[in-house]
Amino acid sequence: MAQTMTIHLKVWRQSGPDAKGKLVDYTLENLNEDMSFLEALDVLNEELIKKGEDPVEFDNDCREGICGSCGLMVGGIAHGPMKATAVCQLHMRHYKDGDTIVVEPFRATAFPIIKDLVVDRSAFDRIIAAGGYVSVDTGGAPDANSLPIPKEHVDEAFDFATCIGCGACVASCPNASASLFTGAKVAHLAHLPQGRIERKERVVRMVDQMKAEGFGDCSNHGECEAVCPKQISIAAIAKMRREYLRALFG
Amino acid sequence: MAPRIKHDKPGLWSALASPIGKKVLTGITGFAWAGFVILHMAGNLSYFGAGEAYNEYAHKLLSTGPLLYAVEIVLLICLVIHAILGVNIYLGKRRARKQGYDAYRSAGRPGLQSPSSRTMLLTGVVLLVFLVIHLKSFKFGPGIAEGYSLLVDGEPIRDLKRLVTEKFQHPIYAFGYTGVMVLLGFHLRHGVWSALQSLGAMNRRLTPLIYGIAALLAVGIAAGFVVLPLYIYFFAP
Repeated sequence: MAQTMTIHLKVWRQSGPDAKGKLVDYTLENLNEDMSFLEALDVLNEELIKKGEDPVEFDNDCREGICGSCGLMVGGIAHGPMKATAVCQLHMRHYKDGDTIVVEPFRATAFPIIKDLVVDRSAFDRIIAAGGYVSVDTGGAPDANSLPIPKEHVDEAFDFATCIGCGACVASCPNASASLFTGAKVAHLAHLPQGRIERKERVVRMVDQMKAEGFGDCSNHGECEAVCPKQISIAAIAKMRREYLRALFG
Repeated sequence: MAPRIKHDKPGLWSALASPIGKKVLTGITGFAWAGFVILHMAGNLSYFGAGEAYNEYAHKLLSTGPLLYAVEIVLLICLVIHAILGVNIYLGKRRARKQGYDAYRSAGRPGLQSPSSRTMLLTGVVLLVFLVIHLKSFKFGPGIAEGYSLLVDGEPIRDLKRLVTEKFQHPIYAFGYTGVMVLLGFHLRHGVWSALQSLGAMNRRLTPLIYGIAALLAVGIAAGFVVLPLYIYFFAP
């Protein structure tokens, strides 16, 4: 039978975009160690609702690590301490009975807080809209191996395409830069023939949009790669820079 | 929806001011200075050469005349660009996250965040202040007119070796210089590999290798610089 545990939480509470927020202490008793972190927050919310208090708002959807909706700073790390894990896949068994965990929203000027732990990540949507698309008609799914693409390009493109747009890269970056997200989109499409048509315009427009959204500049700390639930390499950022230089001089 | 412009290649200025351009410029200008410090370190080590190797090397450098001026102007321009961009990137980062975290820690590898990467502005400012003092002490310090001269092949040249020896017999100079060179090592530890990443020269396989080589280079350069003041302070007559 699963062990039960007591966990102390310090959760960022903020009633609205312009309200002043603060960390509020909660203690959860008899938590099941097989619960996910978000399930522990569900337990907290049930208790709050029973007491007539406002539940803690947090984003989530699939709860299986593939949609990119969830995203919290857990103990100072985006998505918590486990590698290659979105916070919905973080389980309480990784904590000890009596642990205190600080839970904060992803913080960046370009990700304004809506309420509590929910931030507006639509800046990412606008970066994609600026160039992260393919305008040619690529038809239905082609037969496997019918497109002559070198395997290493396919592998790289696929690795970069695994980005779920959760924003952990921005949240963990000391500079709040969106370079890994933007780089992953640029690098993914640059590796494939379908993406070649807009290759030059894409990188310039997406980088311009990234700047316009107010993200910081990259300082190559590489923290983004360490917290990325899909383990996207900062090689994507180097590729984005090569693509930008190619757009300028190529 | 507005019609899409088919080709919007940015102008040179907006490209240089873009998040990519800023990093590329920081990298190139940083490399210019990394090249300079390696040559400078090699020059320092000629102090241990036979006879008047050190003074003759310094004299030869000076006698290149216009070439030396050209290099100095390029280095000065690189320094100004590098410093302005460093401050600009720092200010941008402050704007990009106005409210910091109550709890923040690094998730560790494969991230490359380190005391070195987090203190680039600080070590950079220290290096800049040091550079001013250093130029005043040595490059624009006492020369032939002040009696720091010796005859080589019947020609008077500046006795830089005597000046350097005298300066580094002072504990403040010897240990101040040593301390700053350790900070230079810190700056280069992140700077060298980061410049290559900024120029887009890295990929998944190269990064760990280059990151390791950059550490060796940083330690090697710092060590190459600190041997001179420490040798003079502890062992020079």
